[in-house]
Amino acid sequence: MSELLHANGIVKRFGSFTALKGVTFRLRAGEIHALMGENGAGKSTLIKVLTGVHEADGGTVTVAGRGIRAASPREAEAAGISTVYQEVNLLPNLSVAENILMGRQPMRGPFIRHGEVKRRARAALARLGLEVDVGALLGSFPVAVQQMTAIARALDQEARVLILDEPTSSLDARESEELFAVMRRLRGEGMGIVFVSHFLDQIYAVSDRITVLRDGALVGTWEAAGLPRLELVSHMIGKEVTASSGDGGVVCGGGAEAFRVEGLERRGVVGPLTFSVAAGEATGLAGLLGSGRTETARMLFGIDGATGGRVKAGGEEVALGSPRAAMAAGLAFCSEDRKVEGIIPSLSVRENIVLAMQASRGVLRRVPRAEQEALAAKFIAALNIRTRGPETPIGTLSGGNQQKCLLARWMAMQPRLLILDEPTRGIDVGAKAEIEALCGELRRAGMSILFISAELEEVVRNCSRVVVLRDRRQAAVLDGPAISLRTIMETVAAS
Amino acid sequence: MATGLVLVALFVAAGAGYENFLSARVVLNLFKDRAFLGVVAVGMTFVILSGGIDLSVGAVMAFTTVFLAKVIGGLGWSAPVAMLAAVGIGVGFGLFQGWVIHYFRIPAFLVTLAGMFLARGMAFVVSPRSVEIRSAFYDDLGERGLPLGEGLLLTVGPLIYLVVVAAGMVVAHGTRFGRNVYALGGNEASAALMGLPVGATRVAVYGVCGGCAALGGVISTLALSSGDPTRGTGLELDAIAAAVIGGTVLTGGRGWVFGTFLGVLILGTIKTILDFDGSLDPAWLRIASGGLLLGFILLQKLIARQRVS
Repeated sequence: MSELLHANGIVKRFGSFTALKGVTFRLRAGEIHALMGENGAGKSTLIKVLTGVHEADGGTVTVAGRGIRAASPREAEAAGISTVYQEVNLLPNLSVAENILMGRQPMRGPFIRHGEVKRRARAALARLGLEVDVGALLGSFPVAVQQMTAIARALDQEARVLILDEPTSSLDARESEELFAVMRRLRGEGMGIVFVSHFLDQIYAVSDRITVLRDGALVGTWEAAGLPRLELVSHMIGKEVTASSGDGGVVCGGGAEAFRVEGLERRGVVGPLTFSVAAGEATGLAGLLGSGRTETARMLFGIDGATGGRVKAGGEEVALGSPRAAMAAGLAFCSEDRKVEGIIPSLSVRENIVLAMQASRGVLRRVPRAEQEALAAKFIAALNIRTRGPETPIGTLSGGNQQKCLLARWMAMQPRLLILDEPTRGIDVGAKAEIEALCGELRRAGMSILFISAELEEVVRNCSRVVVLRDRRQAAVLDGPAISLRTIMETVAAS
Repeated sequence: MATGLVLVALFVAAGAGYENFLSARVVLNLFKDRAFLGVVAVGMTFVILSGGIDLSVGAVMAFTTVFLAKVIGGLGWSAPVAMLAAVGIGVGFGLFQGWVIHYFRIPAFLVTLAGMFLARGMAFVVSPRSVEIRSAFYDDLGERGLPLGEGLLLTVGPLIYLVVVAAGMVVAHGTRFGRNVYALGGNEASAALMGLPVGATRVAVYGVCGGCAALGGVISTLALSSGDPTRGTGLELDAIAAAVIGGTVLTGGRGWVFGTFLGVLILGTIKTILDFDGSLDPAWLRIASGGLLLGFILLQKLIARQRVS
């Protein structure tokens, strides 16, 4: 098989951060090639370099032996590289036909030949085995059809390389199957397809080869048939699976059940999940990127409400329809993206700490200033927050210290269940250890914690129960002695 | 659709309520009276379709009228040359606004607000008060037009209006530029990822709108034979209202030039009804326009909701 695309030694920097450290990627004609990696691996950056959204700082890209330098999506398309993004990047306010031919409409003088536009659109869709009213607005069709429209757009511009960036994340099983059929058909026609997905089952269902990236570097490329799942997972998270890596979790304290989640689900997003959280213990949520960890947290906290199932606190059912209701039920949520959903950078450390408490009291009953200052002083000392003072804007603090302020905010509420989504992401090693120690203290004080982390070792160290998620479903619940890196990875990799 | 029904309903109601309302002369006067607003509203429709807004149109129109009065009366330019120059200035002004909006990523609202003050101020610099335009060309044009029989004449102003509407419809629907405007208003990020010329389209849209505003000014001088720096105050809002009543969605990407045409006629009809009925307070013109606008916005919202569900 001939080589279609060869990206050699691609380097991409954003300021002082190097997102791609000389990545090499080869795509053959007539293959489906999965691109895998956890958060920050550099998958999306590589795709954006290939499609001309980002310009590489180093390295070369050749398509069918010809060097290209795509500085814009238009140039990449001209070179034969087309992309279908996860969030279908088309125009719902225009017709299906226009979406397929936008920018390349057949013209007569200055005027578009609308009849010809429709004819070519129908022809492109026919190659995918799809027949729809191409004159109807794209927005009136389900996502699956919109995705086919995006692929048809690529076909019409005679793309040789098709990049599918998480195309199945909003499709149901049947729609995914149809997409795979189309992918196989296009592969048969000699197209090279780059397939990004978080669903291992899907990767193995259609891929010929698999390339894994980690931390902006190439880990390797393998034939899919010759790469066991467990090995793939270990390549992705960068941990060797050895017999000795099972240093059991925190021993169950045998705490009373504080919360019980029964069949909780948000249809089409995550679940159903069933597990219980013991008082004074940490329950972990583990799984690969896209396995539904954050979605679970958001569902529990009522941000994206559940569509089915129940949550019981101390044996009684509680309604968790909104964040307010969740807070009233004793939940607190420290979000993954602290910059966007957590801190308010221009407010002071003190103001950020008392925020949730103030919110729960309502606007009219202000937390007295003296109490605010006492709280801020207490947490700054207790959590060892390094700030010049309680009145320093929080935006000037380091990531780890911001994170501690967020923890303080929720600890001030004295919740019964604290949901920590990636509490250690992007902070230095010392701060990580401090956060983990803090979790231990909170547990001892009787608080339950739902601990979410992409770092499996952290989950193993801190949790006495681990809910393993796979493909947005609950794969297993591991208790105490059963918790180890190996068992979690095996559960994640199981088919 | 709804817009057309409202227009018909207005006419039927007015025809029933007032004698002689349903006559060709009334309709013709309506066109003559609203031609300048109509042309400006077509330009505004393109801007709104692209997801933007242009608040400077009224001021640009006012500037055009005093500019014409000054260069024709004061400097002795030939009228056709002056008109071309005026439209050219309008286009240039619009292009500049578009460039600032796009390349500095400043909200169109702010840039064109500044443009509005700028153009209005320039109008006052050219002439602080109303100036009459004396020109053989103007007198001659006033006589000409498309005879419709029975001594009725479709004069040049409304004629330009109809041509602009027709051209606007063709451009919006049948050219790449027009479709790119819809794409830009639909989703800018997607449009860029599809390789469409986002920047050029946005800049050009404001050029079109500026040109239309200046052309509106030219028509206004044809009708009134004078330039006035205070003319067209609040015109930008009337133009936006006409576009929205005509079914163009303020967030961009959806709408029709023909709808705007109907919107202008609706606003004009309400005004004509008030003119016919001497006993009504002119304030009702504003109140009726406001009520209609609110009704149409709610209607758009309901339609959008239905589509989602």
